[in-house]
Amino acid sequence: MIAAPSSIAAPAALQTRDLAVGYRTRRCRRAVLERVSVSVTRGELVCLLGPNGIGKSTLMRTLARMQPALWGAVEIGGDALSSLSGSELARRLGVVLTERVGVESLRVRQIVELGRYPYSGWFGGLDTRDHDVVTWSLEAVGASHLAERDFAQISDGERQRVMVARALAQEPVLLMLDEPTAFLDVPSRVELMVLLRRLTREKSLAVVLSTHDLELALRTADVIWLLMPGGEVVTGAPEDVIATGAIAQAFEGRQIRFHPGERTFRWLTGERGFAGIEGHGFRADMAKAVLEREGYAVEAGGHRSVTVRVDDGGWTVVTDRAHVKGDTFQSLAAHLRARCSPDETDGL
Amino acid sequence: MLCGLTGVFVLAFLLSLALGSTHVPIASVVEVLMRSAAADPGSAIVIEIIRLPRSLTAVLAGASLGIAGLQMQTLFRNPLADPFALGISSGASLGVAVVVLGSGMSVATAFGASTGLAGDALLIAAAIAGAVAVLAVVLAVSSRVDNPSTVLILGLMSGYAASAIVTVLVGMTSPERLMQLAQWGFGSFAGVTWRRLSLFAPITVVGLVVAGATTKQLNALLLGDNYARSMGVAVRRARLLTMLGASMLGAVVTAFCGPIAFVGIAVPHLCRGLLGTSNHRVLVPAVVMLGGIVALAAQVVSLLPGTAGVLPLNAVTSIVGAPVVVTILLRNRRGAIAA
Repeated sequence: MIAAPSSIAAPAALQTRDLAVGYRTRRCRRAVLERVSVSVTRGELVCLLGPNGIGKSTLMRTLARMQPALWGAVEIGGDALSSLSGSELARRLGVVLTERVGVESLRVRQIVELGRYPYSGWFGGLDTRDHDVVTWSLEAVGASHLAERDFAQISDGERQRVMVARALAQEPVLLMLDEPTAFLDVPSRVELMVLLRRLTREKSLAVVLSTHDLELALRTADVIWLLMPGGEVVTGAPEDVIATGAIAQAFEGRQIRFHPGERTFRWLTGERGFAGIEGHGFRADMAKAVLEREGYAVEAGGHRSVTVRVDDGGWTVVTDRAHVKGDTFQSLAAHLRARCSPDETDGL
Repeated sequence: MLCGLTGVFVLAFLLSLALGSTHVPIASVVEVLMRSAAADPGSAIVIEIIRLPRSLTAVLAGASLGIAGLQMQTLFRNPLADPFALGISSGASLGVAVVVLGSGMSVATAFGASTGLAGDALLIAAAIAGAVAVLAVVLAVSSRVDNPSTVLILGLMSGYAASAIVTVLVGMTSPERLMQLAQWGFGSFAGVTWRRLSLFAPITVVGLVVAGATTKQLNALLLGDNYARSMGVAVRRARLLTMLGASMLGAVVTAFCGPIAFVGIAVPHLCRGLLGTSNHRVLVPAVVMLGGIVALAAQVVSLLPGTAGVLPLNAVTSIVGAPVVVTILLRNRRGAIAA
């Protein structure tokens, strides 16, 4: 349904050159990010990541023309962002915002029909093609069965999908979503990301979304735009930003460490010394998780302040002084906490 | 549902022509309207000279207030907004108060005392002048403001300021003049003659058409300013056009009929409650219809059919209307906060 001009060498869906974003007051311009030069092509899913307050939203708002750029250039589909009229822009760029839509007594289909705004006539009447696009958009996000439901009465995840359908009804080249997974439970988050990824593939859409959901983004995105604490923007495949250590550098604090192999963050471990694990398989991994949560660094060799032996029957904590046994991981954690007395801080 | 509303509308219109100090049977009303030769000449005069312009005024005023209320409620996303949200009626009251209370010292006396009609025309002009003055101030300031709530507060403040000046004027005047001011404050559809209607009708119809043309924008604005902008709405322009249109409707009705409360705020809620939708493509025609019905009903009740007494229109709209609205909103709670 979306007319994909695949025959011509399509310009980048979105491209910026030396873009600076930030705020202007009467006297001065305060840049939050400078020299941003990034681009997205159709068929790519981009996740914008960065610590809180670094300027993710400011960048998203600037790219969607909701606030003016300080300087530099933004092009959407080959034309300067500032040269497009409101409805021209709306035909190229669909937006899903963080803000919750508080509309009452409007059916889902009517919400999606609003996406035809830049195409419909003076009084907003829709022709058959408009109705076809609306139906297609609802199908694309798997919300056809919701069409006649009241928008206010569906779940958060469904609502977010409907807002995506509404943006799709604008038949854009580029879809921008500001923290679309923020209010969703875990299954809905994954579903939404899978949906967006499918849209980039099947409808040759470019998608840019900002998110705090690092692990999901690293698993799903084609390209990561990573905003670094210094105001620099690092781009690359998820594996690139992991391999170069950029992710770790951007997010690691005194309390957390990034584990590249697992693509997850862990609490900073080791303040209670080293621990060893004897045993294999799933239960050994669980025991490791317990030890790390309780503040031990789990290592193969070296001086250990504690060793945990794991087998199918339960756990045994082996120290210089005694052996203690138990069966659940809860009791293991409780025992490790109980060991935390002043005279046992030699491992620090 | 729209068909039902149309039916009720026609019925209310005929009833408003039939009922009054002298009762004219519905059949005769139809005969007069059809210009049938069999029509009773006496009834024809009563209906054509007095009741028809009055009922037409009621319909136009009710529709205008309803539409203006709907526009304001959507624009400000506030269920309490009404056509006078920008201080229009206070401005109109100020204009009228200046003329009525200040006429002792002004040229208006010589002007107005000679013919009663000229005095009324002067009131209309004064009300419009007052409303326009307040509106101009609010719009001028609000063009620098991006936040709708701030605009709403600006309107509220300008309304308070205008009312305060009226209070000062009231404090310095004589009881007879106060009575005249109070009379205007009661509100009435009866003061609009055919000649006035030839001015009143075109203005309100233009306002209603402008409102009809903004249904597309109003629907998009339901999702909020940011979403509306992302779909190609020129938000500032739409907001200005809507505020201007709604305020002019409110100002014109106030000038000709006095400050009629309640209709503008209640009719949109009633329509949402009855129709269960926020879609303006349905709401706009429904509000026009129901606004007319409510105004006609209030008009009929205020005449206390069968007696010679007359109740203030403003009192009727609120006393009879408030319980009706509360009932409908409580029965259908989803419509209650749909703005």
